[in-house]
Amino acid sequence: MTDSRARILGRIRTALAGTERTTPAPAEPIARDYRDSHTDTGLVELLAHNLADYRARVHHATETDLPDLIARLLGSRGAHTLVVPPGLPDGWLPTAAGLRAVRGTDLSAAELDAMSSVLTGCAVAVAETGTIVLDGGPGQGRRMLTLVPDHHICVVRTPDQVVASVPQALRRLDPRRPQTWISGPSATSDIELDRVEGVHGPRALDVVLLVPPGGA
Amino acid sequence: MSAVPLGMPSFPDAAREATRNPTLRRNLRHATHTIRDRRAAAVAELDDWAELRAAGAAIKDRTLRHLDTYLEQAEAAVVAAGGHVHWAADAAEANRIVTDLVRATGETEVVKVKSMATQEIGLNEALAEAGITAYETDLAELIVQLGDDRPSHILVPAIHRNRTEIRDIFRDAMGEWGIPAPDGMSDDPRELAEAARLHLREKFLRAKVGVSGANFLVAETGTLVVVESEGNGRMCLTLPETLISVVGIEKVVPTWRDLEVFLQLLPRSSTAERMNPYTSTWTGVTDGDGPRAFHLVLLDNGRTSILADEVGRQTLRCIRCSACLNVCPVYERAGGHAYGSVYPGPIGAILTPQLRGTGSAVDASLPYASTLCGACYDVCPVAIDIPEVLVHLREKVTAQRGHVIERSALRAAAWAMRDPKRYTALQRAAAAGTRALHPRRLPLPGWGKAWTDTRDLPAVPKESFRTWWQRRDTSGGTK
Ligand code: SF4
Repeated sequence: MTDSRARILGRIRTALAGTERTTPAPAEPIARDYRDSHTDTGLVELLAHNLADYRARVHHATETDLPDLIARLLGSRGAHTLVVPPGLPDGWLPTAAGLRAVRGTDLSAAELDAMSSVLTGCAVAVAETGTIVLDGGPGQGRRMLTLVPDHHICVVRTPDQVVASVPQALRRLDPRRPQTWISGPSATSDIELDRVEGVHGPRALDVVLLVPPGGA
Repeated sequence: MSAVPLGMPSFPDAAREATRNPTLRRNLRHATHTIRDRRAAAVAELDDWAELRAAGAAIKDRTLRHLDTYLEQAEAAVVAAGGHVHWAADAAEANRIVTDLVRATGETEVVKVKSMATQEIGLNEALAEAGITAYETDLAELIVQLGDDRPSHILVPAIHRNRTEIRDIFRDAMGEWGIPAPDGMSDDPRELAEAARLHLREKFLRAKVGVSGANFLVAETGTLVVVESEGNGRMCLTLPETLISVVGIEKVVPTWRDLEVFLQLLPRSSTAERMNPYTSTWTGVTDGDGPRAFHLVLLDNGRTSILADEVGRQTLRCIRCSACLNVCPVYERAGGHAYGSVYPGPIGAILTPQLRGTGSAVDASLPYASTLCGACYDVCPVAIDIPEVLVHLREKVTAQRGHVIERSALRAAAWAMRDPKRYTALQRAAAAGTRALHPRRLPLPGWGKAWTDTRDLPAVPKESFRTWWQRRDTSGGTK
């Protein structure tokens, strides 16, 4: 194993023997003439449009309406078990009778498979691509949580958590945290290029754009 | 790369086989044209595409120029984040490493997310020999695996199968591998996807070992990135206790920031989406989230010899988006299997002969499986000049001796050039002046013969041809 390491690095050095490389690697400039973003205004609307374009269902709510909206979203799917990550604001949870909300800290994959829905926040959302990014921070939980249940409701705080572009999103994120970038529900086009929603990830994705008090 | 399978027909023979199958041709044509148009629309949304493409090429070139430095940096970062790093000089060593790692867990099953690198090294076969079953979990790969078949497209490996064929494969084979297909399943893609979901979910939930590749490996942070659509990648990366990722050494990018270029270039070029449904990133291991053990296997397997060739080196920029397949007139007609390796289409025509060498008939014929029309270069998000590399490889092939090589090369070229449509495409592209397109150094005698059946030859600079002919004569060429 150690031998192969030396061998591969040796082969690389031999291969590059004729290549000018006196500058230390990081000092070699890259022309980044591309845009930092393609839009600066109307980001929340653009996000909503692009989310819907990739078949996520988009909703708007204030913090006050949120529990009722979530109750309705769960009700429309006949969901009766909701898993939530640690750090999710209690005020988001619906109080409807017959609904069981479970903190998903210790659930196994098999136990999660028995849950109807999962409710989380997110770390950042990208308007240009219709993407929400989860990084395991407060109110988001382990990656497994938003993967195994068939229905994911994700709350995005607007406008704070919305950025225009991929470059802007990457700057906000810490690479040491495991991340999941989600753009619409899971999909496949493997059969005659017909798009089918939902193979292994949640087949339904509801995104709630949380409007700050006083509206935006 | 693992050796050429015994009895693998050369490109023209396999291609002729494919052209006789009307279903295959229809499926391929439909698929490539659909994705091609969608890609163009997705790319047109960004008015800085040219700048992104230039930056993508520049970042990859810089990485390759300092590949040793970046690999050592990546290794240190992965280890610092709690991962283990293994180096594999060739396919056999990579397979041995993965097999030993799986054995050490005591498991005899792994779940796999589609990865070109593991196909390239024949990992599933190697694991099977060791008594370990690898379950492919991409829908298309599942279709291929259950159908005891070979993939024919990088992105849509089952592009050559239609829904009825897929229904039959699922009905006949799912039961042997696990949960059988539901009774009375129709050929509606929704029902087929549902059958795959049920079949695989049981495997995901009990899997203890996952095997993946990666689209990118960030040197400064040790972060791995997997870009996918279905969520099977997330399953394989998140649920198992042990994760083993086999990654070609050219997948490294220097910084986290560099992903801002590739996460824009890749989805639009490959699935023609603004962003693919799921992208996962992880750095080593994280307490309480995902696998407890992470192993990165860095794979050379011929890549360093590509690096040593200053013309061929650009091949290592490839981010496996498959855009070049979808615009290639030869691929459209020949199908993926004709390329005789896991890498089909224009990228396969330059990558395979460089990974495996041009010692066999199929590999020597691959650089000729092209009209040099340049469409692949135009769509390539990292600006690989595929025609330039093809011409370069043709020169290498003609420098070799041997009738078999010579004949299969000649016939591949004749086959590629035979279709009048492709000839027209060549002319059109040349007229558009997007690049120097004329096959000015096409090193084959009689290469235009197939054309002359129907049309006049295009103007080809005579000196270059003669220069080639003389050089070839003195080097003792055959024929
Ligand atoms: S050669 Fe270019 S277009 Fe073809 S798969 Fe690689 S990156 Fe994509």
